Amino acid sequence: MEREDFPGEETPLEYQTETGEYNIFGFWMFLGAEIVLFSTLFGTYFVLIYRTASSIPPAEVFSIGLVLAMTFTLLTSSFTSGLAIHEMRLGNVTRMMIWIGITLLLGLGFLGMEIYEFVEYASEGATLATSAYWSSFFLLLGTHGLHVAMGVAWFIIILIQVKRRGLTPVTANKTFIASLYWHFLDVIWIFIFTGVYLLRLVIA
Amino acid sequence: MNLDWDEFIVTGEPFIHAGQISILLTSLGIIFVLTYFKKWKWLWNEWITSVDHRKIGIMYIIASMLMLIRAGVDALMMRTQLAVPEMPFLGEAQHYNEIFTTHGTIMIIFVATPFLIGLMNVATPLQIGARDVAFPFLNNLSFWTFFWGAMLFNISFVIGGAPDAGWSAYMPLASNDLSPGPGQNFYLLGLQITGIGTLATGINFVVTILKMRAKGMTLMRMPMFTWTTLITSLIIIGAFPILTVALAMQTFDRLWDTAFFTLQDGGMPMMWVNLFWLWGHPEVYIVILPAFGIFSEIITTFARKRLFGYTSMVFAIAAISGLSFLVWVHHFFTMGAGPMVNSFFSISTMAIAVPTGVKIFNWLATLHRGRIRFSVPMVWALGFIPNFTVGGVTGVMLAMAAADYQYHNTYFLVSHFHYVLIAGTIFACFAGTIYWWPKMFGVKLNARLGYWMFWLFMIGFNICFFPQYFLGLDGMPRRIYTYFPEDGWFSLNFISTVGAFMMGIAFVIFVYNIYYSYRYQPREMSGDAWDGRTLEWATSSAVPPHYNFAKIPEVKGQDAFWQMKQEGIDPNDIEEYQDIHMPNNTGTPFVMCVFMFIGGFGLVFHWWPIAIVGAIGIFACMIQRSFSRDDGHIVSAEEVRKEEEGIREGQAHENG
Ligand code: HEM
Ligand SMILES: [Cu+2]
Repeated sequence: MEREDFPGEETPLEYQTETGEYNIFGFWMFLGAEIVLFSTLFGTYFVLIYRTASSIPPAEVFSIGLVLAMTFTLLTSSFTSGLAIHEMRLGNVTRMMIWIGITLLLGLGFLGMEIYEFVEYASEGATLATSAYWSSFFLLLGTHGLHVAMGVAWFIIILIQVKRRGLTPVTANKTFIASLYWHFLDVIWIFIFTGVYLLRLVIA
Repeated sequence: MNLDWDEFIVTGEPFIHAGQISILLTSLGIIFVLTYFKKWKWLWNEWITSVDHRKIGIMYIIASMLMLIRAGVDALMMRTQLAVPEMPFLGEAQHYNEIFTTHGTIMIIFVATPFLIGLMNVATPLQIGARDVAFPFLNNLSFWTFFWGAMLFNISFVIGGAPDAGWSAYMPLASNDLSPGPGQNFYLLGLQITGIGTLATGINFVVTILKMRAKGMTLMRMPMFTWTTLITSLIIIGAFPILTVALAMQTFDRLWDTAFFTLQDGGMPMMWVNLFWLWGHPEVYIVILPAFGIFSEIITTFARKRLFGYTSMVFAIAAISGLSFLVWVHHFFTMGAGPMVNSFFSISTMAIAVPTGVKIFNWLATLHRGRIRFSVPMVWALGFIPNFTVGGVTGVMLAMAAADYQYHNTYFLVSHFHYVLIAGTIFACFAGTIYWWPKMFGVKLNARLGYWMFWLFMIGFNICFFPQYFLGLDGMPRRIYTYFPEDGWFSLNFISTVGAFMMGIAFVIFVYNIYYSYRYQPREMSGDAWDGRTLEWATSSAVPPHYNFAKIPEVKGQDAFWQMKQEGIDPNDIEEYQDIHMPNNTGTPFVMCVFMFIGGFGLVFHWWPIAIVGAIGIFACMIQRSFSRDDGHIVSAEEVRKEEEGIREGQAHENG
């Protein structure tokens, strides 16, 4: 739905249609719901934090090196997705796509490491069903990981669309929203990094 | 899960056999009628794929009414079972457990919530002068998640066995050990699927209301029902993700042996109770605030006055919505939280009575010296005030933590929450449906039948639930399936059952009224059936054409349409028509939700291949949607003009 007083010269592409504007605002609302979702997961995690029953304690299996690598990868990918949006605003489609491609690779790298991590823990006897602590750990981390996987799939779909249809208000809108999502996952990860890993490694 | 076929289909119970047969016959009947009258295509094109908010609203209302019948029959079965001591009617406790569980769950999740969402769909976009909701596709998706989620929950009755752990599904009662079989899984997945749609609705309406208001419709000029829709939507966004997580965790506990809520391996059953009510209490306000909105609309219309204390009303609902997240522990005062915690939640609960009292006062002040018309919607609104107050006052009694040790889990509680839920929400659903019926269908429901229904229901309601306060004070616990003559609970229980059946008859009259009005009531052509005050009455026709407003009205104050009428402005007096852009219908959400149903069904029985088929189908639909290039269609100015002129002619014809 186009508006008469719209778009002005300086309105970014993704905001140029009314639908586009609604989508972005609606997505912020959705992120609000996501915050509640992750808060609930964090809440349960902290409630169950010392309830490892007789299973293996987290400090014995957490490996800070791997977690730092994961953190670094995801943080970088957030940065590169920001660069992609920057290029989008400038109208450089190719560069935008390259940056998204790099973001994707980093995201996949993160996922690979996470899967490796989970398999490793499982081999040391920590799985979803070992104890309340590990249940909440895997649910929290797993939900985040699943979100990252969804984000990767989403970016791929968008890349194909940009490739086929070029940068239009619609594709720009989608790219922008996906990048918001990606940043959000990054922020959640920072909480996971400090609340889950650092806390257990440093304090207990 | 290894089930034999004779376990898969529930057997051996006469009631369930009757249920199976009636489900089969009804389905065959529907298929036959649709085929015979060649209505499949019509159903698909005009309804199933519709993105029109009014049609979606109507579908919500119809589906909720069907669910109301199902849960109502449950209620009558329970009341029959309890009518006399040692009643053999339902046979055994297990049966009763299943029935109160499905009754409670269906009433809250598949009746109250979607019924109100249906009314929001019908009225809210019209009230703010919008052409549609912000996300029409998502709106259709929301409806089908509700529908298929409800179906998944309901088939547990005949396939696999119904859940039996109460609608609050406390752990470990709902665990595999104490609720074996697939029943509880149906509960978990049915609610999960429905919840997705409810959240989507919340987001949809927040964006719609904040972004799509007609010119001049400032926030403080919005009709009260729109305000309650907005606040309710915000509560949904804040509360439903909690339910999502809680349900997921219980599902994991049951399907994959995690230890969230089982004492084994360090889990905490109390965490379920906390999470459930952290969602559950706000949910109570999700189903009561829109009801307040509906009554505000009706009272102002039929008292022909502006709402008294509009601003304080707005602040009251905002305050209630905030407080609703701070009171959840009042549902388990007796579970050993300690005096400090109980005191805090006791006080925060009582605090809610303050804004609620403000609202009651404002309604009364609006009525004061109004020129009241006792139309059918209005009598419901008037009946609501005293009955809801009874429920509210007993709620404050329950909120006193120390006293709650006396009536916790007794019939006192059962009576209290039915007083608020029925006198609040269900009265509002009836009132709102009758009020907006001419907007939806172009006829008014017959008033005489309407009054009959009202009085029967109102009297039956009080006969049913008022005695239960005394039963509760006399120690009768909730969720018991029988009692002994020595208990001395017979006479009050019997009276209560009589009242329940009166409500049942009243509902039958309502259904008959729908049929009767369809056949015999005169058409309502003006579009302004009740001499209304808000914009939904300003559109041209009784059943507005698919674009809502030929020209978006301009708002100059509260009660926008009323003001126009006072100033002699006709919003349908349009010189120049314009093209209107509208979204296209789509079948994707329906298909996607069928896959959700399939996937959920697979999970219920641990049949992973089926679950995977469901998951793949869902993703395929998402991808399809992402790639589809659907820009909607244009209704040309010429078409709009023809349509509008046709309506004007019809009106002139009607007037003489
Ligand atoms: C025709 C009107 C109704 C009748 C006769 C009725 C009757 C009953 C009865 C007999 C019980 C079981 C009490 C027990 O054994 O503990 C019950 C429970 C319940 N009802 Fe209703 N009810 C009606 C309408 C409603 C409505 C409209 C709602 C909600 C919107 C509702 C929500 C509930 C809930 C949440 C429970 C608790 C279920 C549980 O304990 O798990 N009821 N009702
Ligand atoms: Cu509560």
